[in-house]
Amino acid sequence: MSVVELDDAVAVLGQFPALAGATLRVEKGEIVLLRGPNGAGKTTLLRLCAGLLPLVRGTGTVLGLDLATHRESIRRTVGLLGHQNGLYLDLTVAENVRFWGSTVGASVDEMQVAMRRLDVAGRLADVSVNKLSAGQKRRTALACLIARRAQLWLLDEPHAGLDASARDELDDTLTQAAAAGATILVASHELERAGSLATRSVEVVAGRVYDVVPGDPGSGNCEGEA
Amino acid sequence: MNTLQIARLVAAKDLRIEWNSRVFVNQVLPFAGVTMVIFAFALDADSVLQRVAPGLVWLATLFSLLVLVQRAFAVETADGALDALRVAGVDPRAIYLGKAAALGVQLLVLEAVLLFAAVVLYGQTIPAGGWVLLVTTLISATCGLAAVGTLYGGLAAGFTGRETLLPLLTFPAVAPVLIGATRAVEAALGTAGAVVSDGWPWVGLLAVFAVAFGVGGALAFGPLIDE
Repeated sequence: MSVVELDDAVAVLGQFPALAGATLRVEKGEIVLLRGPNGAGKTTLLRLCAGLLPLVRGTGTVLGLDLATHRESIRRTVGLLGHQNGLYLDLTVAENVRFWGSTVGASVDEMQVAMRRLDVAGRLADVSVNKLSAGQKRRTALACLIARRAQLWLLDEPHAGLDASARDELDDTLTQAAAAGATILVASHELERAGSLATRSVEVVAGRVYDVVPGDPGSGNCEGEA
Repeated sequence: MNTLQIARLVAAKDLRIEWNSRVFVNQVLPFAGVTMVIFAFALDADSVLQRVAPGLVWLATLFSLLVLVQRAFAVETADGALDALRVAGVDPRAIYLGKAAALGVQLLVLEAVLLFAAVVLYGQTIPAGGWVLLVTTLISATCGLAAVGTLYGGLAAGFTGRETLLPLLTFPAVAPVLIGATRAVEAALGTAGAVVSDGWPWVGLLAVFAVAFGVGGALAFGPLIDE
């Protein structure tokens, strides 16, 4: 069973069909890069997969749950990280992870594992989030995703605002997470960096999704629907 | 986890944030205290102050309520946490109830401090027979204020210009609380010849208001913060 299965999916923003018949399959453990110009529908695709937008036409499942009927359940199993981290700045790293983990009943051990995996345990655990660097905040946000057992990670421009070393750290984190079984969809304009991270790239053009020709990640050449 | 467990989690998180940041202690309480002092300067005469003290306590509470509600939602929107809660599928009724509970706890502390300030600054006395009515009034009025504040705070959080929108929405809605709580506290304190039994019907009004806004707020909060 694919983690994401979209067939001819249509989603609208207001009156505008931001996704106009998107077809996409994503398998467990994949890191899939969503490429495409601004307004092509990348963020809409992520929000549809997060259960935040209704499926107007076509069919779709996420982690086996129907997008038309189980959006609330889907939300609890995916993690969407956009330009903001969704953290409480006046809480410490550990307090943030504890809060988000507790919303799904995660154990203390699970939370510790999440913090250790993202290297925010130890000294950083008791530091207030508003004193962290941008990269450390990103890692904390990802630790929160792990603590609340997100199986599908939906990342919108995850490298934005990070310096070179923080970007390297983030890439390592995502690679390790995928190796541990997480499935990751990344929307990014940074094709070179995100392309080398991804196991596969797809192009989003005018609300439709196309496979990118293997071996030519920056060309924009497309073939068949993904 | 069920709705009440998540609500308790949200309330504990909000109180922890206030404990860590000390905004309530270092900014809100001094603001409320200064408001009471300014009222004393404006009205000057002791006899007038004692007559209007219950109303001044609740006016200072309302002003401080706005600061507390702004703060309660500023921590949610600063880094997109409210959106993250929604994305994570956290029950919006639990978010509402949790945030209202945390707000209510802070309001109760604030009201106790303001009553103490009224005793010290205005020479107000609290008769022994009025304590039960006073405490019941504080609790029921606090529930109503927390219910309204959280509802409109959530509504305003998504708008630009929310700082000015919030008082515009909140003040008309809490007018019944201001009236009822002032009359009930007047009865508890024996202001202008009022007796304790005069206060209980007002407490009934406050309780009905709190239940109506509490239930309505819990049901409406999800659609309000959703797209």
